[in-house]
Amino acid sequence: MSENKIQVKNLTHAFGDLLVLDDISFNIKNEEFVCVVGPTGCGKTTFLNLLTRLIIPTSGEILIDGIPADPKIHNISFAFQEPSAFPWLTVEENIAYGMKIKKESKDVIKKRTDEVLNLLGLQKFRKQYPHQLSVSSEQRIVIGRSFAMHPDLLLMDEPYGQMDIKMRFYLEDEVIRLWKNFKSTVIFITHNIEEAIYLADKVIILTNKPAKIKEELEINIPRPRDIASKEFIEYRKYVTDQIKWW
Amino acid sequence: MSRKKQISKFRYNIYAILSVVVFLILWQLIVSLGYGGIIPSPVVVFRTFLIKMTDSRPDGSTLPTNILVSLQVACTGLFLAIAIGVPLGWLMGWYKGIDRFVRPIFEFIRPIPPISWIPLTIIWFGIGLGAKSMIVFFASFVPCLINAYTGIKETNKTMINVARTFGASNFKVFTSVAIPSAMPLTFTGIRIALNSAWSTLVAAELLAANAGVGYMINMGRSFGRVDIILVGMVSIGIMGYIFSYVFKKIESVVVKWRTV
Ligand SMILES: Nc1ncnc2c1ncn2[C@@H]1O[C@H](COP(=O)(O)OP(=O)(O)OP(=O)(O)O)[C@@H](O)[C@H]1O
Ligand SMILES: [Mg+2]
Repeated sequence: MSENKIQVKNLTHAFGDLLVLDDISFNIKNEEFVCVVGPTGCGKTTFLNLLTRLIIPTSGEILIDGIPADPKIHNISFAFQEPSAFPWLTVEENIAYGMKIKKESKDVIKKRTDEVLNLLGLQKFRKQYPHQLSVSSEQRIVIGRSFAMHPDLLLMDEPYGQMDIKMRFYLEDEVIRLWKNFKSTVIFITHNIEEAIYLADKVIILTNKPAKIKEELEINIPRPRDIASKEFIEYRKYVTDQIKWW
Repeated sequence: MSRKKQISKFRYNIYAILSVVVFLILWQLIVSLGYGGIIPSPVVVFRTFLIKMTDSRPDGSTLPTNILVSLQVACTGLFLAIAIGVPLGWLMGWYKGIDRFVRPIFEFIRPIPPISWIPLTIIWFGIGLGAKSMIVFFASFVPCLINAYTGIKETNKTMINVARTFGASNFKVFTSVAIPSAMPLTFTGIRIALNSAWSTLVAAELLAANAGVGYMINMGRSFGRVDIILVGMVSIGIMGYIFSYVFKKIESVVVKWRTV
């Protein structure tokens, strides 16, 4: 097996005449946490939809462990930008849903559901329905559900877009905790530069539409990171300069 | 249930009982003062009701028999409508091929008012259980199907994508996402079906029957027995109420996530 878990080769996609992604190539190592930053409407969601084959690319290739990405073969989870907890399932049923699809054994499902509920501190609410919880908790269920699958690749599309700053800090630490615990490979989309630098091993900066890769940047700051530290601020300034969306 | 909820429920019941009592008193008053015309007083109607429990005059069956006959027709027709209409609606909503195949027939049947099936079914099946169940079926089938169909169509796209990215097969997405999400609308359809089932049932019995509550009402008219007519109408009202109550209970269990 190659060291690269994910290989994206010359990925291009157009909706009719509208070119959205233009010749994107990059690799992701196993258990790496990658953040993708890019301006609003540049094609970030489209990019994730391509990775999961919800949309078939105009051209280019995506390989997971050297095999073309396919949700039926690979273990992929996707935390969508919109709320996506199933309202008709309880918290624990939501978390177990993906594992059931993958036909995991009852024991595994039970063990991992408990694990996720513990990490999220949602044990008390396991029998409740998502709408009985707050919006942020609903999103946490979705993220828990994604990690519980032990995915080959976990995609998150601006999962904390709607949250206030305080909640974001809390959830960002939580996502790092889940990631360390489950050792997943993560692609996390955001347009918040600070969030990207706080979370990522590597940041991929996209340009305006049609999106190309502007830069791939390794973030070499030891964890846990301090957003007020000198190196953090330097990274943030650098990325901001690179982007200049405005 | 919280204490506050209990109190408000108690209040609600008090008001409900009060409204019935006021209605009955007014009715009695109007008749006693001689403004009622041919309408008998509620006391008379209640007495007829008690008598009809065991007396088969003038229409040939006791009230319980009539109710049983009507219930049997309603349940048969309704059950068939739900058992066929709901799954068919779900399938049409999810599978384009089935939709294209069934739709022309459905669109043709849909605008035909259920009661206009009555003459045909009488000639076809006579005036027994079969004919009337058939009419009830036609009346309740349409709302069952349409709402089940719409429920599937309105399934949140993102939730479908969640299941897809987890690698669920198309059928699995249908059963684990589309159907549960269609449940609330499906039940709305069933409730609408319930209402149209009753109204067409009575219409059918007025035209073609030898027993049943609608038949009893019609006989009441023939014999000039307004009290019998009223007993029939009240019975239908009560049965309808019980039916919707039962379905509401079933609904609150099946779509529990909506009500908690
Ligand atoms: N199915 C589609 N058909 C046609 N155009 C589309 C479709 N989906 C997206 N687009 C267009 O592609 C572009 C990129 O959309 P996308 O949703 O990927 O952006 P995004 O980076 O995720 O934006 P945001 O920051 O708002 O989430 C937009 O201009 C959008 O209008
Ligand atoms: Mg997006």
